[in-house]
Amino acid sequence: MTRLLETRALHAGYGATEVLHGIDIQVDEGCVTALLGANGAGKTTTLRALCHFQVKTSGQVWFQGQRIDALGTEQIAALGVGHVPDGRGTFVGLTTEENLRLGGHARRDRRAVAQDLERLYAYFPRLKERRQQQAGTLSGGEQQMLAIARALMGRPKLLLLDEPSFGLAPLVVKDIFSIMRRIRDEEKVSILLVEQNARIALDLADTAYLLETGRIVKSGSSDALRNDDAVRRAYLGQ
Amino acid sequence: MTMEIFLQQLIAGLSTGGIYACVALALVMIYQATHHVNFAQGEMAMFSTFLAWAMIQAGLPYWVAFFATVLLSFVLGAAIEFVVIRPLHRAPELNVVVVFIGLLVIFHSVAGWLFGTQIKEFPTPFAKDAWYATRLMSAHQVGTIFVALCLVAALFTFFRHTTLGLTLRAAAQNPASSRLLGIHVGRLLMLGWGLAAAIGAVAGMMVAPVVYLDPGMMVGILIYAFAGALIGGIDNPVGAVVGGFLVGVLENLIGTYVVGTELKLSVALVLIVGVLVVRPAGLFGRRIVQRV
Repeated sequence: MTRLLETRALHAGYGATEVLHGIDIQVDEGCVTALLGANGAGKTTTLRALCHFQVKTSGQVWFQGQRIDALGTEQIAALGVGHVPDGRGTFVGLTTEENLRLGGHARRDRRAVAQDLERLYAYFPRLKERRQQQAGTLSGGEQQMLAIARALMGRPKLLLLDEPSFGLAPLVVKDIFSIMRRIRDEEKVSILLVEQNARIALDLADTAYLLETGRIVKSGSSDALRNDDAVRRAYLGQ
Repeated sequence: MTMEIFLQQLIAGLSTGGIYACVALALVMIYQATHHVNFAQGEMAMFSTFLAWAMIQAGLPYWVAFFATVLLSFVLGAAIEFVVIRPLHRAPELNVVVVFIGLLVIFHSVAGWLFGTQIKEFPTPFAKDAWYATRLMSAHQVGTIFVALCLVAALFTFFRHTTLGLTLRAAAQNPASSRLLGIHVGRLLMLGWGLAAAIGAVAGMMVAPVVYLDPGMMVGILIYAFAGALIGGIDNPVGAVVGGFLVGVLENLIGTYVVGTELKLSVALVLIVGVLVVRPAGLFGRRIVQRV
């Protein structure tokens, strides 16, 4: 299996406050990797650090054998890192379809973009129903779907998902994760998933890391973590 | 006879309204992207018009000078964004306002210093006896309305139907999310400033034959344009265009029938205050709905 993304002693923080104290994680091609942890552990900061987005970082980030930690956010995105940010990043004044078209703004092949649009509408029929609607009027779940679809419109090699379950009703979460499972199987995209909800994350992921106060404290296959006593007590409530 | 005067005033209003609409559009473009009103927009347009004047004096044909000026203004606007505005990215509101006023003063004095403060004639490209000139409307009025409408149509096509236009709207609306999609927000801001300056240049060159060319020529026009932008809703381009035309017509009709020419400018000020008091979002100000 080829390594897609790797961090070496990655530190990150805001101003004088350091949040990540040197983490090493790897994402392999074609895999779903989960980053679990409680509120405030540094999960969102990790994703931001990978994209060099709104955080100060030190240490190394490698993507497809290239060091990217000194690049700008736009350049990293252009290399094929699709970031579905916390808060979903909806362009509230644009229509659903315009939001999606933005995801593919850098692509020149109009026909392929149109095909991708239809393919993503097939995954998310709700978005197709609302294609001409102002995106700010979509429900939270629909906006989450929109954020995922928008990132996929850029044909990323790596999809960073920041708490897709956040603030959504359990049924909607189930819906989104079953679509994510199909996307994992049918699209050529690797996923780094950040979640507080360890149970659904481990169901989707192949491997996982456990983050506590800015440090990786455990890692392994999803099965191994699911059966780990400490994980079960603290994160799965068993 | 009275009908004829009314129609003449109406068309004169639409003609100046076209100018206001263009300047209002330039103001709205900058406002949408930065949430600041560029008080120097009018003086930048005046400066561009002087550049056109200098090129025509140097012997260039009108339309060559026209398009060269539009291009130069675009570059100048983009350069101002890069050199002056960008460093103010995180500066407090008041600093930005002061810088805009500084720009206004600089353009005003540099134009006076370079080209003199004497009032100059500026040519119109629309011949007096052109076929489209009638008893009701001069060739220049028709030409101005036509140019304004073409400009507005071109801009709307650009913003609605091109990917670059879409990314410009996105960058103005949500710069953070735009960057995550690989959109170079900084470059687009430069582009926006360049476009606004180019639009202003067109407005300046269209209005100069009417008000004559001098460093103070855009002061009143900026106020009318601002009134137009506010009436339409400062964050709504369609509203700005409609508002601009509306202000032009109102200005002329009220000037003719109600207050007389001397008080025309106060009409604009009353409109500004009135709108701000009664309907701060403007007539067309769309409130963006957002669920949380």
